[in-house]
Amino acid sequence: MTTAAALDRDQAFIRTVRRIADEFAAPNADRVDRDARFPAETIHALRAERALSALIPEEYGGGGVSLPAIAAACFELGRRCGASAMVFAMHQIMIATIVRHVEGDAWFAAYLREVARDQRLVASVTSEVGTGGDLGRSIAAVTPSGDGRATFEKQAPTISYGAQADDLLTTLRRAPDAEPGDQVLVLTHKEQYTLELTATWDPLGMRGTCSPGYVVRAEFPVEQVLPAPFSRAGVESMVPISHILWSHLWLGIATDAFDRARAFVKASAKGRPDIVPPTATRLSHLTSELSLLRAEVSSAMRDFTDSSVGDDREKLSTMAMILRFNNLKIAASEQAPRVCQGAMAVCGIVGYKNDTPFSVGRHLRDTMSASLMVANDRIHQTNASLLLIAKDV
Amino acid sequence: MSDKIRQIIQEHGRLAVDVQTLGDQADLYQAGLTSHASVSLMLALETAFDVEFPDSMLKRSVFQSVSSIREALQQLGKSAE
Repeated sequence: MTTAAALDRDQAFIRTVRRIADEFAAPNADRVDRDARFPAETIHALRAERALSALIPEEYGGGGVSLPAIAAACFELGRRCGASAMVFAMHQIMIATIVRHVEGDAWFAAYLREVARDQRLVASVTSEVGTGGDLGRSIAAVTPSGDGRATFEKQAPTISYGAQADDLLTTLRRAPDAEPGDQVLVLTHKEQYTLELTATWDPLGMRGTCSPGYVVRAEFPVEQVLPAPFSRAGVESMVPISHILWSHLWLGIATDAFDRARAFVKASAKGRPDIVPPTATRLSHLTSELSLLRAEVSSAMRDFTDSSVGDDREKLSTMAMILRFNNLKIAASEQAPRVCQGAMAVCGIVGYKNDTPFSVGRHLRDTMSASLMVANDRIHQTNASLLLIAKDV
Repeated sequence: MSDKIRQIIQEHGRLAVDVQTLGDQADLYQAGLTSHASVSLMLALETAFDVEFPDSMLKRSVFQSVSSIREALQQLGKSAE
């Protein structure tokens, strides 16, 4: 396909998601947030437009759009409902990881076709009780049970939309005697696992992601272990793509908070064309904060596509690139709530209240989750040790 | 050179198994080398062999096995002795 046709397809996809964001995510966002319920309307509309398989190549029956288009879609959804955007982003992170590491594997190729046909929603089970938040280590293991089948039992402190997902992608040790860092990814279908609820879900923000804790128990054929080790799939795909898609949706939330602040300033200037309201100066400060966030997010997207040409992704495993995408995560997760808080300062009490056109409380609460999703302190620890040896950063 | 590499892995790699039992091609990550310990290992190798690994070499595949480390050091001009 020509580049022009690919661009057209990307643009059409982004327009579709923007429409869904306006028609389904926006009108339900406050209720989703208040009731901490799954954004079912948005996900239903995304399914109807085959958006859950948009990133899957056409040869597997998917939409064949680019990763930057998926990132733009996360931004558009984030502007209207942070939780909808996060569910969409997490699903796409799992799909992107499988697409990039399918490597001709028959079972996973067939699985991608299934996702495209049935618009299956995939959730991730990466964190684990007892690992101290280190995704590069697992306790639970793939345990052979004979006849080419295996089982696992994993204590997950949180699984986003675990109860609503059709499939789970889980990190596990390769075998009962494998080291904690010797991990694989396992895909299991709903009928192959059970979820035992172990915690409630009443958080500050991102309430619609419905992410309580569970014990997951599964039994499955061993073909459902992704052949690429997690050590490679993580560093070349899951980790940098998580940081990229998350930061796009955080930017979306911050952009809507800014838009509300701007609308507030404009409303207060109405009828007094000769006076620039004092809040306009605050808004000016806020523009530069938002610009910094936008610049970091878009340059990271460019750096990723530049260092991931075709199947040559080795550059992504260099320390310089690991640092680069870790820094994106830290910077965006700190800057997004800063912009939302600035928007609240512009709007004052009508921004603080939950039921005005200028409310930004949900935006602030949603973006405050950003520094906790893979805790920034842990990322700083990793960066600190990498900086001892990396030269050209 | 391989003996010296093994000795450094023994001291800094914090492996779950004795490095002397591993072949030159054995996967050190599967033997328990964590990303954190791999940084210590890289620093120790730089000191012991008086080299600096350029950024292009600072990736997982280079520190995957005794033989891949040896190849990297040879590329940096160290003789195989």
